[in-house]
Amino acid sequence: MRLNVTVNGRPRQADDVWPGESLLYVLRERLGLPGSKNACEQGECGSCTVYLDDVPVCSCLVAAGQAEGRQVRTVEGLAEGDRLDPVQQSFVDAGAVQCGFCTPGLVVAAHDLLRRTPRPSDEEIREALAGNLCRCTGYEKILDAVRTAADAS
Amino acid sequence: MIPFDYRRAGDAETAVAAVAGNPGAAFLGGGTNLVDHMKLGVAEPDLLVDVTRLPFDSVDPLPGGGLRIGAGVRNSDLAADERVRTRYPVLAEALLSGASGQLRNLATTGGNLLQRTRCGYFQDVTTPCNKRRPGEGCSAREGYHRYHAILGASPHCVAVHPSDLAVALTALDAVVRVRGPRDGHGERAIPAAELHRLPGEHPEWDTVLGHGDLITAVDLPPLPMAARSRYRKVRDRASYAFALVSVAAAVELTGDVIGDVRIALGGVAHKPWRATLAEAALRGRPPDRAEFRAAAEAELADAQPLRDNRFKVPMARNTIVSVLAGLTGEEPR
Ligand SMILES: Cc1cc2nc3c(=O)[nH]c(=O)nc-3n(C[C@H](O)[C@H](O)[C@H](O)COP(=O)(O)OP(=O)(O)OC[C@H]3O[C@@H](n4cnc5c(N)ncnc54)[C@H](O)[C@@H]3O)c2cc1C
Ligand code: SF4
Ligand code: FES
Ligand code: FES
Repeated sequence: MRLNVTVNGRPRQADDVWPGESLLYVLRERLGLPGSKNACEQGECGSCTVYLDDVPVCSCLVAAGQAEGRQVRTVEGLAEGDRLDPVQQSFVDAGAVQCGFCTPGLVVAAHDLLRRTPRPSDEEIREALAGNLCRCTGYEKILDAVRTAADAS
Repeated sequence: MIPFDYRRAGDAETAVAAVAGNPGAAFLGGGTNLVDHMKLGVAEPDLLVDVTRLPFDSVDPLPGGGLRIGAGVRNSDLAADERVRTRYPVLAEALLSGASGQLRNLATTGGNLLQRTRCGYFQDVTTPCNKRRPGEGCSAREGYHRYHAILGASPHCVAVHPSDLAVALTALDAVVRVRGPRDGHGERAIPAAELHRLPGEHPEWDTVLGHGDLITAVDLPPLPMAARSRYRKVRDRASYAFALVSVAAAVELTGDVIGDVRIALGGVAHKPWRATLAEAALRGRPPDRAEFRAAAEAELADAQPLRDNRFKVPMARNTIVSVLAGLTGEEPR
């Protein structure tokens, strides 16, 4: 089937999509957007987090057919040209990235948190990022990055 | 995953007919359970009928004061609904205690109720499991069963139902509205407490629904006492974990005694467990810890824990006591 979906503001089409594919697979393998990561593919880790119609979801559990006609924003769509989004910049500055596999999902989840709650408490940060697992950093630097991004914006 | 077709339903009638007419078809809500199971090989539908674009996506007032929650309402939207937060806090708390933000944004009311057990053997197609393949045996009875049932289990299955939402709805006397292949243009109403079943001889059936039965909505009764209600979930991590034990409760004091009370337990049985024995023991009694404890013990008297989940019995008792104490002002909420 043909899938029509608006990705990062641009209408895109993917052909020969098998309805059983996940949205994550379509983004990575058919639309050339490997930012969103495929780690667990089971909703457990959050590394595949993207905005779907403006709310963050685990794209690994969205059947491609369900994305038809909808808006998707991936980590690739957060920066404006060469200017990183404050959340991205803070992840770089705080050293909140080691292997980087969890990072795109965390960046999208943190971006969403700061849109809804510009000055989150530590507890709010922890709860908002509970669905994003990182096996490298121990989370402290990630919390630092989100606090810095909140101060910067 | 085996190949399958995908169809988007425009109205309930077409959706029901499409699934009812094909034994291999399934409704698709947010997909957070079904798509996962398809990847694992636990579910192998050959047709998915997407019901998320049916017009069941709002929360509406009912005549008489209740609320009708459309089956397609997302868990995150329901938890954020102001009427739910103020009039049925137990429901908002239960929803927010489940899964993660990214999953609640996808998960629907109908799909949440019909999610399947998280028993590890059920999800692992290489191990025997009576729920997945009846007659094969139950790997959990003698295996890993820390999370499993202490009430109402059978020799055939000791799994628990994982939904937090369902526990809150059971305590609230909610009613599930269903439209099935034999209901014509009408719908039937099933009390939330009777939607899920105990495993008995047929653990393959989670609920009383048949193939092609579509959940269209869940009705909340007015229940003014629910304004004083809460959900407490005990788990291995502070967030993002299934319940070891959970308690949904609402209490109404009449003068110095408990006038009315609702208690449901999660994480203890194959269905949300309405604690009717505890409720009966508490009506008309003073709200103190000794009474709460006696009522909890009455409810749990028939508990039959497994080798590695004995801790759930005192855990359930203590959680009931502390939730009731919190609700009746014995301790800060
Ligand atoms: C990592 C992880 C952690 C989780 N943690 C929790 C937790 O702590 N607590 C909790 O309660 N849940 C938890 N969940 C489960 C989650 O809440 C469910 O997966 C979700 O609610 C299912 O809703 P859905 O709309 O995505 O259902 P789907 O996956 O779309 O469907 C589930 C089932 O319901 C059927 N169905 C869907 N809609 C209808 C309808 N309207 N009528 C009839 N049948 C229908 C489908 O055919 C399928 O059999 C977790 C899930 C994951 C992946
Ligand atoms: S407890 Fe139930 S779901 Fe788990 S292995 Fe036994 S039969 Fe299967
Ligand atoms: S890859 Fe989607 S949650 Fe892990
Ligand atoms: S940096 Fe490696 S998983 Fe987070």
